[in-house]
Amino acid sequence: MNTTTLALIELGAILLLLGGLGRFAARIGMSPVPLYLLGGLAIGYGGILFGRDLNPMTHDSELVPFQDISEFTHLASEIGVVLLLLMLGLEYSARELVTGMRASWRAGLVDLVLNFLPGAVAGWLLGWGAAGAVVLGGITYISSSGIIAKVLGDLGRLGNRETPVVLSILVFEDLAMAVYLPVLTALLGGLTVAAGAQALGVALLVVAIVLVVGLRFGPQISRFVASPEQETFLLKVLGLALLVAGLAGALQVSAGVGAFLLGIAISGATAHSARDLLEPLRDLFAALFFVLFGMNTDPRTLPPVLGWALLLALVTALTKIATGYWAARRAGIGTAGRWRAGAALTIRGEFSIVIAGLAVTSGAMATDVSALATAYVMSLAVIGPVLTRYADGIGRAAARRQSRPAGAQTASGRAPDGRAADGRATDGELSLD
Amino acid sequence: MTVYETPLPGIGSRKEIELRDGRRIGIVSHRDGHTELIVSSLEDPDACVASVPLSHEEAASLGALLSAPRLVAQLEDEHAEVPGISTRQMVLASDSPFVGEPLGVTRMRTRTAASIVAVIRAGTTHPSPGPEFLLEEGDVLIIVGTNEGLRRAAEILSL
Repeated sequence: MNTTTLALIELGAILLLLGGLGRFAARIGMSPVPLYLLGGLAIGYGGILFGRDLNPMTHDSELVPFQDISEFTHLASEIGVVLLLLMLGLEYSARELVTGMRASWRAGLVDLVLNFLPGAVAGWLLGWGAAGAVVLGGITYISSSGIIAKVLGDLGRLGNRETPVVLSILVFEDLAMAVYLPVLTALLGGLTVAAGAQALGVALLVVAIVLVVGLRFGPQISRFVASPEQETFLLKVLGLALLVAGLAGALQVSAGVGAFLLGIAISGATAHSARDLLEPLRDLFAALFFVLFGMNTDPRTLPPVLGWALLLALVTALTKIATGYWAARRAGIGTAGRWRAGAALTIRGEFSIVIAGLAVTSGAMATDVSALATAYVMSLAVIGPVLTRYADGIGRAAARRQSRPAGAQTASGRAPDGRAADGRATDGELSLD
Repeated sequence: MTVYETPLPGIGSRKEIELRDGRRIGIVSHRDGHTELIVSSLEDPDACVASVPLSHEEAASLGALLSAPRLVAQLEDEHAEVPGISTRQMVLASDSPFVGEPLGVTRMRTRTAASIVAVIRAGTTHPSPGPEFLLEEGDVLIIVGTNEGLRRAAEILSL
């Protein structure tokens, strides 16, 4: 067999495995991301296929899992990250981002402080230096807007009053990513703190420019990309995304951020058709990114960091619940709704892995970071949705306990007829008109 | 009636009205075009007891069903001074022989002396439809006539 046929067989086997895992995830109603990671762990370094070679002196050089496709999977997973962020950008229009930011900046800052710090402290305690602290802080900070939107839709909670609160916090987080990733890139590139601060300044400037340009010239950019034929449209969008991502990478702004900002600038009907066209491609390349991340994580490095991962998961689940609870209370939501908002935010997923992936590929970090991120994301991507499902019951129980000492007062401080005394103010604040 | 609109970044928007009992009822319109009907819970006004995805046709039919009584009431008001005349709404069921046929085929006026004054379809009202108007399943016909005429009209339509 020559290399090409071998490569086709290997790639086919991997995709088939991912398909099976994805089907299983869909059947039990969970996100496929943790299963892709698990699949990668199983078939990669130190997994069931390559685990027999326990001699650390030889396993690096001689037994490289799926060596014939390593070049392809490496590039494919880079494209996966670009597509993940491009699609994230396409989800939002510049106007939505600005409105969302206005509604949620306070909650967004609370979220940032409460959830970045635990990771950063853990990174520092583990002795991973400034870059490690920033990496781990980012991993624990960023909730998964993709999984959360899906879970809320599945649970029929899109009409709930606390849902806009959750979504606008996610908007803040996603925009924060656009500033965070360039800083991370600079730090991982071994640049000094001063250079990191410079990167931060450049990133803020670029994000501001893109938002202004997106608000003013969104239709023009969309028209430039739009095309009546699907093929040419696909080629134009994908080509532009990779070009912008590559240029952004060359300018040290981080490839993913370039794609994200391009996605924001494209809006309206063009963004809608681009989402439809790119979704299958994103699914394919992102799946390869997750499985490759799992493959490059040696399961034997998991046990030493497992305790840290679980501790971090517990602490940052609590801090996310606190964030959601606080934000929902400010918006005039009742006790049960505050718990629902908090629980939804605990879900971490794809972007924590994207951050860990950047750290690993830069080579500046100990490989432990990928093991820690894998264990962390796998626990919260599974526990988070379950917690969200049962948050209603937890919240009601909490509301009952609150109401008992208060006596005549109703559970959430509402009028007895169940009307939200402050409901209008809530919706008015978020309303467009 | 005030319609409250709340943007749902990344998903679409929510449009709702407040009912007399304090509940919210409305829709979540997703950006990909599909609609979800939402009804809030009495017990927890933040939560929803129902969240039902609707296709375009389903949403339009529901809209027609909801808007027909209002039109009937208006017409009733208008000819309140003519004794013996009433207005009824009738839904064209899937097993009606007139599905896909022009309105003229029913010969409604000749057979019952009742008139089809409007057809509500997909949320829009088609006033005074002519004999060439093609009927479709789920159309809500607004018919004006005597009680006897209306009874016969109902028989003819559901034959």
